[in-house]
Order: sequence, then structure tokens, then C-alpha cells
Amino acid sequence: MESLSNKRKVIESKPLNFWERIYLPAIVRGLSITMKHFFRKDVTIRYPEQKREFSENFRGMHSLKRDEHGRERCTACGLCALSCPAEAITMISAERQPAEENLYREEKYAAVYEINMLRCIFCGLCEEACPKEAIYLDGDIVPPDYLRKDFIYGKDKLVEAPLNQ
Amino acid sequence: MGTTEIIVKFILIVVIFLVSLLIAMYSTYAERKIAAFLQDRVGPNRAGPFGILQPLADGAKMFMKEEIIPANSSKFLFIVGPSLAIMTACIGSAVIPWGETLVIGSSRIPLQVTDINVGVLYIFGVVSLGVYGIMIGGWASNNKYSLLGSIRAASQNISYEIAMGLSIIALLMTTGTLSLKEIAAQQHGWHWNVVYQPLGFLIFIVCAFAETNRAPFDLPECETELVGGYHTEYSSMKLGFYLFAEYINMFISGAVMATLYFGGYNFPFMHHLGLGENWVTILGVIALFIKIFLFIFFFMWVRWTLPRFRYDQLMDLGWKTLIPLAIANIVGTGLWMTFVK
Repeated sequence: MESLSNKRKVIESKPLNFWERIYLPAIVRGLSITMKHFFRKDVTIRYPEQKREFSENFRGMHSLKRDEHGRERCTACGLCALSCPAEAITMISAERQPAEENLYREEKYAAVYEINMLRCIFCGLCEEACPKEAIYLDGDIVPPDYLRKDFIYGKDKLVEAPLNQ
Repeated sequence: MGTTEIIVKFILIVVIFLVSLLIAMYSTYAERKIAAFLQDRVGPNRAGPFGILQPLADGAKMFMKEEIIPANSSKFLFIVGPSLAIMTACIGSAVIPWGETLVIGSSRIPLQVTDINVGVLYIFGVVSLGVYGIMIGGWASNNKYSLLGSIRAASQNISYEIAMGLSIIALLMTTGTLSLKEIAAQQHGWHWNVVYQPLGFLIFIVCAFAETNRAPFDLPECETELVGGYHTEYSSMKLGFYLFAEYINMFISGAVMATLYFGGYNFPFMHHLGLGENWVTILGVIALFIKIFLFIFFFMWVRWTLPRFRYDQLMDLGWKTLIPLAIANIVGTGLWMTFVK
């Protein structure tokens, strides 16, 4: 039958000719191919010593930002937790005390802020949901660890370093 | 044989033994590095600079591993297998001339453990003994894969030994001696036997691949079909000995091929450089080792290039191609010697 797509290939299996049957030319050709690869520069990045640069829109570990006076921006509104499709974020809010104006920007802040890095899918929806520009996924990749409980990152790991330190 | 001679021979034996162990050790490293380079990878690079300590780490790992002897195996033969494999691999080096003579004081020391007048036959005997280690080990394991692997090894070695022996006969017709020392001495300078016996060398090297169970003829340990082949049940250093024996065999067969076909310790213009005898000898030893290393490299290069033969193809090649070819080579050599020479 006529092929409609014109893509059909007729494969003939001819008996091997003399040079194919003695293998040697094919072996020599194979050896020359592998030898070419022997001298080719490898593309491996030797990971712990060398790191490949992340692309600009890479989403890594989260960080909770501070404003220009070094105050935490997060107001514990919970929009990030709500937007999170993986249910990775939890927080407990608290009211700012009179002496704490230099620590927190608004009257309400997150006393506890936890992200379970094993649940997180690094989609970046928390970043998009945040009205206070308080959370960004601008960190490195999450380092490995031994225990599941150690992957629940609290404020100690998430909050940016204070300005004057 | 005087006491000094015995001491000298003893030192020579120990040195050769240690050198072959060292080379076998670093062959494992070289194999992994060469495999990596041929596949555009990096290879072991964690232990020491460029991974140079990797063989030590591997050895330590092998020693630390749990030693398992299967409950239904024949325990004595299970232990004899790897011992025999490594022993036969090591004793082959006894007749290989590693160099000419060293002159120390008034004594002349030939760099060969023993020059027996049937050196080539000795090598053959040792090579055919080598399969016993594999056969006994695989059989004693009481495992179908091991047994299949060892049966394959036995029949493969027997088939290829014939072609190997026939290819050697053509060589012996031209050299007229079985002593490896004389064969090496005859190939002085550029008169390497490979020039006179190219077909014989080709048959010999193919058979050497089969005898050392290297790819593309590594059917006895064919991991896609037989798990691990004859060493499926082996663990710890007993497995290590099997793997080690393979690398020592490769080293020894490289040495044999270099001696028989590539002039052994001879290199071009060796007596026209105006150097002292000892210097020529040392350079000769270096030349021999360079040749051996090139052969080892070739073994590895081929391993990472060619796919494994199917078992019937292997037998086909051995019986229907190499043996007739080797016989034709003998006839051709005979005709050449009668009418041309």
C-alpha cells in the first residue's frame, strides 16, 4: 500500500560483506570514535568545589526580608500560608510591644514562622501572595540533613541577617 | 647455585611480585579513569589528588567487607578458587625477561627469574591452569549463575587456547626456540616479530582477550545474563582476589605479547647510543614497561568500545575463524621459510 505520510522507510537487511564479516574495520572505527572522546574536554562540574551559576529566576531557599531600618517586614497575615499549595508554611502571630518598634515594622508580627522544606515545592506562590514584600525565594538550594525534623526551618534560619551586623 | 645468586633471585622475585601487585592495583584505577575519559566523564577524583589513592580505599573496603561463604557451598574449594586464580596469575611472570643484564661489581645479573628452555610452554601451562581457579570457584559456589559462568570460562579458555597455541607455532617456526630470553634477544633493535608475524599477532591478541576474560569476551562474568558470573557468591577479599587476578593476568599477557611480538626490552638504536651497559638495560626495562602499559591501555580501550559477544558468536569466532586462520598462518609461514628465506 502507498504510504500517506511519506515517512515509511524500507529497511533491507543484506548479508554482511567480507569487510563487515571480519569485524576489523568496524572495530578500528569504533576505537577511533572512543579515542576522540578520550581527548574531549569533559563537561562535568565538580560540584562541592565548583558550582554552576543559578539562572536569574531560580527559586531556592526562602528568606524573610527586613526593611531599610532593619525591621522585619512580615506582619503574619497568613496569605503565604494560604496560598501555599503544599501546606508547607505555618505561623503564630503576636502583637508588637511598645519597646519593639525597631524590631518589627507593623503592629503585628510573626512570633513563630516555620516552613517545612520537605513539603515545599518551590513554586513561589508565597512570594507572589505576600503584600509586604517580606518573603523571597532567593536563597541557595536547601542543604541536606539527616532528620525530618531538621527540615522544618524556623525564623532562626529564614530571617535575613540584621543590617548592622 | 651459590648463596649470592639465590639472594639475588629472591630479591628479583620479590620485586617482580610487588611490581605486578602494584600495577594490578593501579590498573583498577586506570580502568576507571580510562572508562571515564572515553565516556566524557571525570572518574574517581575524591581520594587524594586526581583520586590517586582510590585503589587503597578500594582495597581497604574489600578487606572490611563481610565475608560470606554460602551454606551449601563446598567450603574448601570455595576458598581454593580465588587462591588458585591469584597464584596462577602471579607465577606466569617467572620466565619473562624483564631486561638484559645488570653489571654490579664483577657479577652479571640477568633480569629474569629463570630462563627455562621451554618458556613459552610454561606460559601456556600457567595460562591454562588459570581457568581452574575460575572453574573451581564457580562450581563450589553451588549457584546456577556461578556454574554457568565457570562452564563458559572453561569452554572459552579451551577453545581459544588452541588458536593461541597455533598462532605461537608459526612464531616458533621463525624463532626456532621456546626460550623467551632468546626470543627477546633475537628481536634486537627493530627486528620485532610483529613485522614478520602480523596475522599471528592478531590471532594472539584476540585470544589473549579471551584468555584473560576481558571484554568483548567477558562472558564468564557477563553481568547482564549471569548476575556476576563465576564470582556471584563471592564477597570481601575473595572477590578482590578474583578481580585482582584478572588485572595481573592482563599485565602478564601484556608482558608476554610485548616479549613475543614487540621486541620485549629492545628498543631502536639501543646499542648505538653510546651508553653504558647498565643504562641500556635500565632503558630497556623502561621500554618494556611502556609497551606493557600500552597493551594494558589497549585492553581497556577495547573494553569500553566493543559490546560483548554472544556466546555462540564467541565459539564461532574461535573455532571457525581463528583456528583455520592460525593453521593457514602456519602453512604460509612454512612456505615463506622454505621458498623465500
